[in-house]
Amino acid sequence: MTRNGPVALIFHTLVVLFMLAPLAIVCLVAFTPENTLSLPTHGFSLRWFEAVFHHPDFVQSFWNSLWLALLSATLAVGLAVPAALAITRFEFPGRGFLNALFLSPLIIPHLVLGVAMLRLFAIVGATGSFGWLVAAHMVIVTPYVMRLLIAAISGFDRSVEQAALSLGASEATVFRRVTLPMILPGVTGGWLIAFINSFDELTMSIFITSPSTVTLPVRMYMYATESIDPMMAAVSALIIGITAVAVLLLDRVYGLDRILVGQH
Amino acid sequence: MTAQPSAAPSATPATAPDDDAPAARVRSAPLILSAPAALLFAALVLTPLFLTALLSFNEFDHMTGRTGGFTLEHYRSVLTDSYYLEIFLRTFRVSALATAICVVIGVPEAYILSRMGNPWRSVFLLVVLAPLLVSVVVRAFGWSMLLGPEGPINAALVALGVGRVRMLYGEGTVIVALVHVMLPFMVIPVWTSLQKLDPAVEQAALSFGASRATAIVRVVAPQILPGILSGSLIVFGLSASAFAIPGLLGGRRLKMVATVVYDQYLSDLNWPMGAAVAVLLLTANLIIMLTYHRVVEGHYRRRLG
Repeated sequence: MTRNGPVALIFHTLVVLFMLAPLAIVCLVAFTPENTLSLPTHGFSLRWFEAVFHHPDFVQSFWNSLWLALLSATLAVGLAVPAALAITRFEFPGRGFLNALFLSPLIIPHLVLGVAMLRLFAIVGATGSFGWLVAAHMVIVTPYVMRLLIAAISGFDRSVEQAALSLGASEATVFRRVTLPMILPGVTGGWLIAFINSFDELTMSIFITSPSTVTLPVRMYMYATESIDPMMAAVSALIIGITAVAVLLLDRVYGLDRILVGQH
Repeated sequence: MTAQPSAAPSATPATAPDDDAPAARVRSAPLILSAPAALLFAALVLTPLFLTALLSFNEFDHMTGRTGGFTLEHYRSVLTDSYYLEIFLRTFRVSALATAICVVIGVPEAYILSRMGNPWRSVFLLVVLAPLLVSVVVRAFGWSMLLGPEGPINAALVALGVGRVRMLYGEGTVIVALVHVMLPFMVIPVWTSLQKLDPAVEQAALSFGASRATAIVRVVAPQILPGILSGSLIVFGLSASAFAIPGLLGGRRLKMVATVVYDQYLSDLNWPMGAAVAVLLLTANLIIMLTYHRVVEGHYRRRLG
């Protein structure tokens, strides 16, 4: 039970309202039957959700974002697992530098990464390439994966691996049958947080997407700066729904508080 | 923690003199393991940042749009032009205010959360932190509806007889939305330091006759101060480079550093000028974040004795 006084609880309620209000209004307005941004006071309608699914630009951007997030999260995990093993298990020259390098996208503003990649892509002739966009997203999601993996790897008991080795298992078998299962929560948690971050990324992507590779957040940003109708609310409500599913999965797999708070 | 993995029982004959072969393999193992990620980061972080730093010293021809040569002109004009100074000042002011408000809201909220019993504590921690994972465009859009001329807040003001208030496209809106986006970044470090705090210490202060306020100010506050400080630095750094919030809620007039870089790159096509602003932003951010790192490191070192 709570030990907070009434003033504290009123304060807390206001904070919770503040945090939820913008998300709640988006979800409500998405169901409006009107042509303007208004609360659905005269019944609910799904017409704006239908409009989204019939809007080729939004549909295409959704698929772009989905593929981009799936690919970049998966590839980032593929690179991060060996790199995290190297950093946590070995002492070698350049270890500190590599560790800082892999975490650096957390402290470099995405805006700066965006303009920097725009310059690189212009020089190597990769402007508008989906493959390079995936690589760029791998860079920004890798730090999240690394943090969870480093925590997972340094938190486990090496003697289990040693036991397997001494019983005659090969190193590959030990990795597949012992190490990987033990760091699996870190791997899946890292993959999910990478997926969410890639799917939501706006500031870097806005510089390096072309009309055919525009992602959903970039499309929404462009759309919102020009016209605003309830379709924006419907897209936003869909994104909130997708995020909620991912958050629940994340909470199941790894524990949301551990991801958001524990690794800090 | 960095123990060498025990070399697998060597298959080479015991007589073989090259028993440093497994050692060499152990030495190269971390480099091989980290090579793919290192290559990616060298190609897509270090190289583009270096190219951008170079670009910021290139001359820009407004007629042809060509770049080349060497000049310090962009830095000179960014650092002396009143247009840019105003933008830097505004960015600083908005970020500082957002940070201050995050402290005022986030610190008590983290404290209240930490004093809750368990089902509620997890639920509300989720409620406060999960918006972090929702796209910032969605949240900006939510605020533009809440504060818009037809929004519920204006409707309430009209109903109360106050009349419509123009709230969108001002610094106030940008600050409110930034606080919404940044609040989790303040709650997280404060919550973390509260978790490390032994509640018995506060109890002891209370049982020795300290008032609740005294206990908070003299016992709790000093111990969570590093958390507040690191939260403030993160919030300030992220606010100063925020793009979507000023871009969507600031309107055309209210430029901040990030939206100016965007304009330079994608409207004016003056990449060298945009690069100079970006380099300055990165430098300022690195200074802030390294300070943060030092604060946190120092904090842990002190805690560990």
